[in-house]
Amino acid sequence: MTNDITNDLACQELVEIITDYLEGTLSERDRRRFDAHLMTCPGCREYVEEMRTTLRLTGRLTTDSISSEARDELLRAFRRMKASSTSL
Amino acid sequence: MGSQTIVRDSDAELIALLRDGDEAAFARLIDAYSAPLLRLALAFVQSPSIAEEVVQETWMAVVTGIGRFEGRSSVKTWLFKILTNIAKTRAQRERRTIPFSDFDVDNSDELAVEAARFLPASHPQWPHHWATPPQPWSMGPEGTALDRETMAVVRRALEDLPRAQQVVVALRDVHGWPAADVCAALDLSEANQRVLLHRGRSRVRAVLEGYFSEADPGERHRV
Repeated sequence: MTNDITNDLACQELVEIITDYLEGTLSERDRRRFDAHLMTCPGCREYVEEMRTTLRLTGRLTTDSISSEARDELLRAFRRMKASSTSL
Repeated sequence: MGSQTIVRDSDAELIALLRDGDEAAFARLIDAYSAPLLRLALAFVQSPSIAEEVVQETWMAVVTGIGRFEGRSSVKTWLFKILTNIAKTRAQRERRTIPFSDFDVDNSDELAVEAARFLPASHPQWPHHWATPPQPWSMGPEGTALDRETMAVVRRALEDLPRAQQVVVALRDVHGWPAADVCAALDLSEANQRVLLHRGRSRVRAVLEGYFSEADPGERHRV
């Protein structure tokens, strides 16, 4: 019985449901199969670790925003709007 | 944290401030949202420069439309809607661009890990288990000189993703948007959002696996 639960999940399936696992959208039963599999499978533990590292590194990327000229222009437009609405 | 709390928790307050002409509140809004909106625009238009124009137009529409905002949706949803309308119009004008909805999410032959890494279904004891399991990554301590190079690899892995995956992964994992916001902004079902996220993350992991499994860190520039 216990063995069934542990061997139930194949590694090839785990790598396809890992996002559901990390998103917390797996069913209770599948989450338990997932956790049980990890207990016995170093390869999949490594895989999960690598996925977490991937998310951590992606989260460290910096991103471009709009240029400071574009930002200034928007703030000027906002001021003009305020001026025209108060003068009404 | 930032972008969500500013708007979610205080929609009514924010609207009141904007209508009052509070420039700092408007500045906070554009600072919190311009970067993810640029990424979102790239779901619809091809080039970063057009995406910038779309975002700029979106903010101008906010400036002129704030008085008419009725508060029936959240400010965030309102922003998404303005942006996607402008972006779609631009995309049609450009013609060579692909509307996001045309991306084929259901095509299911994309594997997170190539099949050859697993034992065959016919294996007597361990069908579909690792034949070539992943090896620990040889990462140097963070903050070293390699760090910058590593981040360049991560960035390229993200930018090389198919556009739909790239947008979803960026919004979720770079900008930290919750799944619900990504679904709302891109008009995606939760399931399709997860498929795109899964494929994108899996591809990025695979690229990093190639990079980090180079034995000698000095060799990594070849990757």
